[in-house]
Amino acid sequence: MVQGKDPGSGGVIFTRRNFLKGSGAAMAATAAVTQTAAQQPAAAATRVVSGAKEITLNVNGADHKVAVEPRTTLLEVLRDKLNLTGCKDLKDVYVDGADTVLVDGKATYAGVMLALQAEGKKIRTVESLRGDGQPDPVVTGFVKHDAMQCGFCTPGFVMAMRALLDKQPNPTLDEIREGLGGNICRCGTYDGITKCALELAKGGA
Amino acid sequence: MRNFEYAAADSEADALSLLADHPGETAILAGGTDLVSLLQKELVNPRRVVDISRVSELKAIEPTDDGGVRIGALATLEELLASPLAAEYPSLRDVASAIRAIQIQQYGTIGGDLCHLPNCWYFRKGYGLLGDSNGRALSEEGDNRYHAIFGNRGRAKFVSASRFAPSLIAWDASVRIAGPAAGEEAWLPLEQFFVTPKGDQQGVTRLAPGQLITHLELTPAAGRLSGAYEVLEMSGLDWPLAAAASTLEMEGGVVSRAKIVLGHVAPTPWVSHPAADVLRGQPITEATAELAGEAAVSEASPLKDNEYKVRLAKTAVKRSLLRAAGANV
Repeated sequence: MVQGKDPGSGGVIFTRRNFLKGSGAAMAATAAVTQTAAQQPAAAATRVVSGAKEITLNVNGADHKVAVEPRTTLLEVLRDKLNLTGCKDLKDVYVDGADTVLVDGKATYAGVMLALQAEGKKIRTVESLRGDGQPDPVVTGFVKHDAMQCGFCTPGFVMAMRALLDKQPNPTLDEIREGLGGNICRCGTYDGITKCALELAKGGA
Repeated sequence: MRNFEYAAADSEADALSLLADHPGETAILAGGTDLVSLLQKELVNPRRVVDISRVSELKAIEPTDDGGVRIGALATLEELLASPLAAEYPSLRDVASAIRAIQIQQYGTIGGDLCHLPNCWYFRKGYGLLGDSNGRALSEEGDNRYHAIFGNRGRAKFVSASRFAPSLIAWDASVRIAGPAAGEEAWLPLEQFFVTPKGDQQGVTRLAPGQLITHLELTPAAGRLSGAYEVLEMSGLDWPLAAAASTLEMEGGVVSRAKIVLGHVAPTPWVSHPAADVLRGQPITEATAELAGEAAVSEASPLKDNEYKVRLAKTAVKRSLLRAAGANV
């Protein structure tokens, strides 16, 4: 709906309401405003999402149509609608980083990204690293180095390490610790995780 | 989380018009690291969230005509670290590299850092910035180990959360504020951007409803020295207990002008004039850096649980100076 100040009207506010009240003068002025708005490529009001909306999210290479509200997080869509439960819901637990996913190749916390923000972007979750019988080297590295215990934080660590190696294929121990500082493992499997990262660094995975 | 309207802006003008529809009832979303958790805890309850993360004109880090640098508010920490222009300002890199999480590095923005609301646990649990519960000042009577040691004689006891503000202020950065009207803009020294709220309804910055910060500008580094040091309790994702940033102009091996700014010790970034005064005419040595640290904390007024922060603040000042002088501390 066209709202706000008409630059030529001396500050009078024209709204749908006073348009509907409909004096001749108001109608003429509103028509002028509407015309101005129509010349703009996309009137702001048409892009405001205020309730449920169906959007397309590209997850692990496939498009999915999902209904979301503005407050729906990317994490909620992935877990509750697409059944991609690798990324973890951290509302009641403090395991920073267990909700890590890649959005346009960069690591982010899915729990603090709105689903609407992810529209049009390429989302990758840990499930994408399964491969076709050929898991991602980060996954096989975690297995080899026994870099997990309870496993809750593991998918997030795997995704953060994937992002780190994509950015810097040959990180030093310090760079590994810096890059993975946003993930916590309450079981304390850091030794296996850093060994895994160091081996992948040497192997250039 | 309560529901709200969402609108993605595609330009600065578009963002201002989306903000103008509901003055004072909007929130600005960029990387989301702070805002979405505030929304989840219902600590902010906007009618509309304006997503500026796709506004490409606010992302660039570019040179200014006079040889300085202009940083878009949406520049990520990773982009800041990778930028050869920002490399002229080593204290910024000291801070960016201390934020040890690839998720924050890749999605956190410099503008979001400056607007980050305090991490005071009373605020984050819903007792407001002033930490009041039925007329009792929780941040004064309760556990205040992480609270302010400077500027804390009023009702506000929390500490400013921005990691980058001390370094940017030490570099005399200015911030561009756009809005609320289309085409309206103001450049403000960043030092004046932060305010200490006196009442419940006041915020922590001078941003008025409908405004947003769009750019930061730094004058040419021109041989000035700089360093920043954050005292962190944990080596992973953590907030500093105290921090300091120093920028120094040198002449013939001695300091001709110093700007020393402390972080996480007051409700705003804290510019220390006593520390700067002590250094004028002095070389930077272990001994003069120590004296500057002592001068900086001479005006501290710790609360019941945070006397320890005085020593940390002193050490942060000292180490920021030694870093500026090239020491690996």
